[in-house]
Amino acid sequence: MTMKNEHLVITGMSMEFPTANGPYKALENVDLRMEKGEFVSLIGHSGCGKSTVLNVVAGLYQATKGGIVLNGKEVNDPGPDRAVVFQNHSLLPWLTTYQNVELAVKQIFKGRKTKQEMKEWIEHNLELVHMEHAMHKRPSEISGGMKQRVGIARALAMEPEVLLMDEPFGALDALTRAHMQDSLIEIQARLNNTVIMITHDVDEAVLLSDRIVMMTNGPAATVGEILDIELPRPRNRVELADNEQYNHYRAEVFKFLYERQRNPADKVA
Amino acid sequence: MNTRVASMFNGFKLNKSDFNALSKLTSLMTHIKHNWDDYIRSTMRVAGVPIAAFLVFLGFWAASASQIETSLGVVPGPSAVWKQFTVLISEHNEEREKEVGFYQRQEKRNAKKLAKNPDAKVKIRQYTGKPTFIDQVFTSIGTVLIGFAFASIIAIPVGILCGLSTTMYRALNPLIQIFKPVSPLAWLPIVTMIVSALYVSDDPMFAKSFVTSAITVTLCCMWPTIINTTVGVASIDKDLVNVSRVLRLHWATHIFKIVLPSSVPMMFAGLRVSLGIGWMVLIAAEMLAQNPGLGKFVWDEFQNGSSNSLARIMVAVFVIGLVGFALDRIMLLIQRSVSWDKTADIR
Repeated sequence: MTMKNEHLVITGMSMEFPTANGPYKALENVDLRMEKGEFVSLIGHSGCGKSTVLNVVAGLYQATKGGIVLNGKEVNDPGPDRAVVFQNHSLLPWLTTYQNVELAVKQIFKGRKTKQEMKEWIEHNLELVHMEHAMHKRPSEISGGMKQRVGIARALAMEPEVLLMDEPFGALDALTRAHMQDSLIEIQARLNNTVIMITHDVDEAVLLSDRIVMMTNGPAATVGEILDIELPRPRNRVELADNEQYNHYRAEVFKFLYERQRNPADKVA
Repeated sequence: MNTRVASMFNGFKLNKSDFNALSKLTSLMTHIKHNWDDYIRSTMRVAGVPIAAFLVFLGFWAASASQIETSLGVVPGPSAVWKQFTVLISEHNEEREKEVGFYQRQEKRNAKKLAKNPDAKVKIRQYTGKPTFIDQVFTSIGTVLIGFAFASIIAIPVGILCGLSTTMYRALNPLIQIFKPVSPLAWLPIVTMIVSALYVSDDPMFAKSFVTSAITVTLCCMWPTIINTTVGVASIDKDLVNVSRVLRLHWATHIFKIVLPSSVPMMFAGLRVSLGIGWMVLIAAEMLAQNPGLGKFVWDEFQNGSSNSLARIMVAVFVIGLVGFALDRIMLLIQRSVSWDKTADIR
C-alpha cells in the first residue's frame, strides 16, 4: 500500500475512560490504514472496544492518544464526512422517513442544491435502499429492517467520505439480515464507499469485506490480526456457501475468535 | 284432518327463500341483542361505577352534614348547595337584565336630549353592577391562564437550558428547589408591594389586583414545568444527540428539531401539574389580593356570614373542582395532539 492511496489512517490510537476505580484503558495502540473504496469489518468479542474505535473515527469520542487522519487532515470533531449508521437506527420518531433523510440533506446541501434537487436526491437515496414505498411513514409504522434501511439512506445521502456502521444488522432476524446484506452488496457495487463496519457475524464479515480486522479482548484491546478477503465481486451468498476459499476465511476468523481469543465470558464460566 | 289443517295454512305457506330471510332476521336480532348486552355491560362498567360511587358520596355527605351545627346554622347538604347554585345562576341572569335595562334607559335619555338640543353633550356611562358568580368564574379562569402563560414562557426555556447544560442545572437547581415549596401566601405581600411600586399608571389596562394575582400564580406554578422540562431534555436518547452532532446541526435546529419534540411528553406532564397548582394557588391569591374572582367570592361569602354562605361557598368548591378538572382535560387534549407518539397511553 503506497502513501498515495491512503484515505483514512488510524495511528497509535489509545482510549481511556475515567471510572470510579481510576482510568479504564479500553484501546491500546490501534493502527489501521484504509484505501478509498475499501470495505473493512471490525470483529471481536463483546466489550473489546470495536464500538469505541468507530466512535473515535466518527469524532464522537476523543482518543486519549494517537488520532485519525482523513484525506491528509486530522479529524477531532464529528462531521457529515463520516456518516454513522447506528445499531438501533436512531431515526427521529416524530419525522417520516422522507423527513429524516431531509434533515440530513438540508443540513449538508444547503446553498448547494435547489429545493427540487434536494427532493430528487432524498428520493434517490430512499430508492437506493428500496424504501420509496414508505416515504411518508413514521418509524413506528415500519419494520426494524426498514428502519435500518432508512438509517442507511440517511447516511448515504450525506455523501460521506467514510461510512461507519455499528452492527447495522445486529438487531434484525436472520432472513431480514441476509436481505439487508444483499442490499448493501448491491449499493456498495454502485457507490464504492469507504466503509468500516462492526459486526459479530462471521459470515457477514466474510461476505461483505475486503479486509477483516480482528480485535483482541479488552482491556487495552488492539488489532490482533488482519485477514484479506480475496473473493471476486460481485459476491453471491448461495454460490459462496460451497466455495472452499470462502469456508477457509470463515475458519480463519473462527479460529481467531474461539482459539486465540477466547470469549472472556467463557473463561469466567 | 291433516289435509284440512294443511289447506288452512295454504294461504300462508313458507317457501324456502322466506325461511332464509327469517333465519337471517333472527340471527340479526340475536346479534343486536348480544351487542346491546355488551353495550349495556360496558356502559355500566364505564359510567355505572363512578355514578354509584358519587351517589354514595352524596348520601354520606347528606347524612353527616345534618349532624354538624355551626354559628351559621347546620352544614348544608347536597340539596341546599344545589338550591344555592340555582340562586346564583338566577342572580346572574337578573344582573344581566338590569344591565341591558340600564343601557336601554341611557340610550333613550340621550336620544331625548339630542332631540331637544342637537348640540347637547351626551354622557355614556358604564354599568357598574357588582360582578356575579359567573363573572367571577371567568375572571378567575382569565387570571390563571395569564399567570400560567407567563410561567410557561419562563419555565420552558429555563428548563431547556438546565437540561442541555449541566453547569446551568447546577447553578439554578438550588434556587429552584428553594423557591418551589414557597406558599402563595408568602409571595403575595411581596408581589403586592412590588406591583404597587412598579405598575403605576393613571389609566391602567389591568387592575392591580389582577396583576398581583397573576404574578403570584406565575411564581408558584412554574417550578414543575422547569423540573420536568429539564429531565425531559436531559434524558434525550444519546443516539439522537449523536445524529445531531454528526450532522453538525445549528443549535437552533438542534433545539427545534430534536430537543423539543423529544421532550414534549415530559414537558406536558410538567405543564399539567403547573396548571393544576396555578389554579389552586389562584384561589388563595384572589382571597388576599381581592381580585374579583372565585377567591374573592369565597372570602366575601365568609365575611358576609349569612345562613346561605356555607352553601354558596360549597357551590364555589364544586365549581373550582370542575374548572380545574376541565383545564386538565383541555391540556390533555393539547398534549395528545402535539405528541408524536400516538401509541402512548397519555392520561
